[in-house]
Amino acid sequence: MSNFIEHLPLLTVVISLLSAITILIAGWIYKKIAWWISLVTHLSQFTFSLWILNHVLTHGPIHYRLGGWVPPWGIEYVMDPLNSYILVILLFLALFCLLYSKRNIEHELPKKVVSFYTVYQLLLTGLCGIVVTGDIFNMYVFIEIASLSAYALIASRGKIALRASFTYLVLGSIGACFFLLGIGFLYAVTGSLNMHDLSLLLPPFYKNRVVIAAFVFILVGLSIKMALFPLHTWLPDAHAFAPSEISAMLSGIIIEVATYAFIRVSFSVFTTQFLQLFPIFEILSWIAAGGIIFGSILAMTQMNLKRMLAYSSVANMGYIMLGVGLSTSTRLGLIPPLIHILSHALTKACMFLVAGAFIYKADLWYIKDLQGLGRKMPYSCMGFLLSALALLGLPPGVGFVTKWYLIIAALESKKYIFVGVIFLSTLLMVFYFWKVIEYIYIRIGEEGAKEIRIDEIPWSMLIPVMVLGSLCFIVGIVWLTEIPLPILDRVNSLFKLGRVP
Amino acid sequence: MEWFIAKIFAKYNYWVSILLMMIGFYGIVAKDNLIKKILGLNIFQTAIFLYFISLGAVKGGTAPIVDEKIIQKGYLYANPLPHVLILTAIVVSVATTAVALSLVIRMHREYGTIEESEIIKKSSEGHQTGENSKVHH
Repeated sequence: MSNFIEHLPLLTVVISLLSAITILIAGWIYKKIAWWISLVTHLSQFTFSLWILNHVLTHGPIHYRLGGWVPPWGIEYVMDPLNSYILVILLFLALFCLLYSKRNIEHELPKKVVSFYTVYQLLLTGLCGIVVTGDIFNMYVFIEIASLSAYALIASRGKIALRASFTYLVLGSIGACFFLLGIGFLYAVTGSLNMHDLSLLLPPFYKNRVVIAAFVFILVGLSIKMALFPLHTWLPDAHAFAPSEISAMLSGIIIEVATYAFIRVSFSVFTTQFLQLFPIFEILSWIAAGGIIFGSILAMTQMNLKRMLAYSSVANMGYIMLGVGLSTSTRLGLIPPLIHILSHALTKACMFLVAGAFIYKADLWYIKDLQGLGRKMPYSCMGFLLSALALLGLPPGVGFVTKWYLIIAALESKKYIFVGVIFLSTLLMVFYFWKVIEYIYIRIGEEGAKEIRIDEIPWSMLIPVMVLGSLCFIVGIVWLTEIPLPILDRVNSLFKLGRVP
Repeated sequence: MEWFIAKIFAKYNYWVSILLMMIGFYGIVAKDNLIKKILGLNIFQTAIFLYFISLGAVKGGTAPIVDEKIIQKGYLYANPLPHVLILTAIVVSVATTAVALSLVIRMHREYGTIEESEIIKKSSEGHQTGENSKVHH
């Protein structure tokens, strides 16, 4: 049986790819089957990911050699605590976005149902591939598969999304090219592409200018992909105009997976030893702090709900990167950013799905149009309220846990200013989420309000919203009991983090 | 002069790829026409491909074909791995170009132009009249 588990990392990627082709062919014959095939694939992928996580935690990492070629010559898939954790989050969220999209896509893109699910499966292929691979060039290819599918999915919305998708495409391709160039530099120095092998070959060259340039290119390239301030310019439009479940995926998973790629490259390829030679992570945490403030301020000025959430994503990417930036100088290591990846995935996905519900029911895009919806769509508004409060940091929500750990990390590394940044951004966050909550629950029947007849969204869309909304608090409580922390401790010990130098 | 030869002429392949990269980057940033932007992107990608391919070159090396005679006589051969990587990257680049061109076609159909500034103008006009809030299929 353990023999079968070794094949799971590859299977997770391959069944998604095969299902994309199957959907295209089967959907051509019978359109309604597309969603069901996609659902079965997602369920099996999610089961696999849980199985992998369990195996990794009990038996140690899984190494899979593609085609039986021995690394460093062959491509290797490696599952360790870090990527099995990310894989579970990724597939969990994808599953709920899929449940939501059944009715939503029939409504929004009635003619494109089959092609939507085909590209959606390709997107998942790319994302799973980025997460499972242990080969840096393979990672580039998967990043491009995921990005290309994301461009297509954003553009599927039609006229308003075209320019957003084009901007994302141009910037995303530049980012990927920088990443590729960084790989080229590393290859020129070491002659290897396997991540583990690179980490063994690189140490003698740590002061080499080519290696430093490689790191900078990879950092900049992935920063574009993860929309780190000030390279976030593609993000607001792309998030605002994509179909709602794709906005949720973009904000909850796609930019997080790019962050994962950065964490993987900087700790697995370059190791902490390299990172401590230069003040890279210190600069990174300052940039991230800038992103937090900037994203929050711009989120306040937005009138369009999805754009506001998109700028809030910029701020939240700042939180994650701040955590990464502080990771080498505290005992907590990667715990705060990894917790925030989960927190942001749950809360922001839920909020985007609710924003999508307003668009689904009455084509409401602007915050001022949401008056009195709290009574007409009580359950979905409840989901929004729960996730907004959780992200704000109301204990025991997930946002509270991340802010708690981030503040401890900032205090421990004696960067008190970041504590101030976190408090300030929380204040700004209260401001812009309050605006939405005020319109939904408090301002009812004011002059000039659109009189709309509206009722609750269908069950298949409501269940993901409710589950994600309640998970925002349940997961927060689970973190606070510290039961799942050993997973993250293992990540820290894997990268030799979590010890005060 | 010797410095010049050692830094520029001896490593001309790198300089060419840097030059191409900058030309491509200029195209992406400065051109208003979306097709020209895509061309710029392609030049940018090609510069990186050329860098990779020139990495694999070995002075006096032949094609890397496995043959008993070549191995026994100890002939030099070019490193095939960068070439294979770039074959993959070219496929990626073709796919990117295809998606980008299809987006441009759609934009031309919707806005009647492929100049970015005009598209921005038209879409912001739509924004003011509230047309943008409607979903177009």
